[in-house]
Amino acid sequence: MQARSMELTVGLFVMAGLLALAMLALKVGNIHALNLGGTYAVTADFNDVGSLKPKAPVTVAGVRVGHVARITINPQTYQAVVTLDLLKKYRFPRDSSASIETAGLLGEQYVSLSPGGSRRYLKNGSKIRITQSAIILEKIISQLLYSKAGHSSGHS
Amino acid sequence: MSWGADTIRALGRRVISGIGRLGHAVLFLVRLMPGLGVALARGRLIIQQLYMTGVLTLVIVLVSGAFVGMILALQGYNTLVRYDAQSSLGLLVALSLVRELGPVLTALLFAGRAGSALTAEIGLMKATEQLDGMEMMAVDPLPRVVAPRFWAGWIAVPLLAMIFSAVGIIGAYIVAVGDLGLDGGVFWSQMQSGVSISNDIMGGLIKSVVFGFVVSWIAVFEGYDAKPTSEGVSRATTRTVVSSSLAILGLDFIMTAFMLRGL
Repeated sequence: MQARSMELTVGLFVMAGLLALAMLALKVGNIHALNLGGTYAVTADFNDVGSLKPKAPVTVAGVRVGHVARITINPQTYQAVVTLDLLKKYRFPRDSSASIETAGLLGEQYVSLSPGGSRRYLKNGSKIRITQSAIILEKIISQLLYSKAGHSSGHS
Repeated sequence: MSWGADTIRALGRRVISGIGRLGHAVLFLVRLMPGLGVALARGRLIIQQLYMTGVLTLVIVLVSGAFVGMILALQGYNTLVRYDAQSSLGLLVALSLVRELGPVLTALLFAGRAGSALTAEIGLMKATEQLDGMEMMAVDPLPRVVAPRFWAGWIAVPLLAMIFSAVGIIGAYIVAVGDLGLDGGVFWSQMQSGVSISNDIMGGLIKSVVFGFVVSWIAVFEGYDAKPTSEGVSRATTRTVVSSSLAILGLDFIMTAFMLRGL
């Protein structure tokens, strides 16, 4: 009897540990980021990726459909080549466009896809031709300041 | 002339004896290896030890985990609210617990609660000549006494660490949503967007597996190596807690440095 109740508590203990791990994986971690359904890779060239990082989300209409796999540079054009891993269950027209946007004013940057109207779809290895670079807040502010400065000096 | 030379000599002696102990501990582990397989084949002994080390440590881990989570929520809120970023509180708490505090604090608590008990038990068995008695009856004490305790400690620490992190996050949720008035949905969604399974949760799990191995190893080695006197056992118990704590923190620094560089 003693041994049986001990086995029971040990069993409960091990179960509690595994349940805690499951809770961490399902509730705390992002199980969807594991891409269980498989992905296909497309690339997009940007003039400036700002502070975009690998693993940043790729969204369509705000819904996460993949993530940034890696960011390299094209040695010929000096453009940034961003490889996007998109979930296999989604297909997007070939003339879709990609833009780098910021979540909130100071949030992290992500890639937003806008689907086009083509009947042909992006597949593994294809390239998104229409891209819009990251908006860099400092540049906009400095442009604004310069234009203000020029404006006021012109008047006085 | 002699004072300086003596100091340096004393330092040298300590370093040499420290390295010698490490060597003894490694040799002990090598001697223990075949016993580990034998002990696995007799799972009942491991279950018994899992009860002694794991289940009895559960209470302190549950209570500490809940308190640490609640403290993190209060302190984190206090800092984040200055930057108007209190919505990231869930992420802050989850990352701190899963990556760092869960594995480290659990291992420290385990060393104090169960590691010391393992050392004292094995040391007393040696002092009261029970181990010699077993050898007399042609029973090797390594697979029979030491290996099940080692396995149990090794298995218990990662399980306890996961429980610690989970309870801590629940405690933080209770404080954040119940007391500080944060939105529960934001708490979880921020957490899910920022915690990665492959990096953060697996990293924490790997850390706790390493800590479990090291703490159990130190505890059984110090017990087996203790001088067979009451003073020797008490010294060995102290050494277990001190050297496991140092080993945990040192290894944690090394592992964190490697993990953050993406190795």
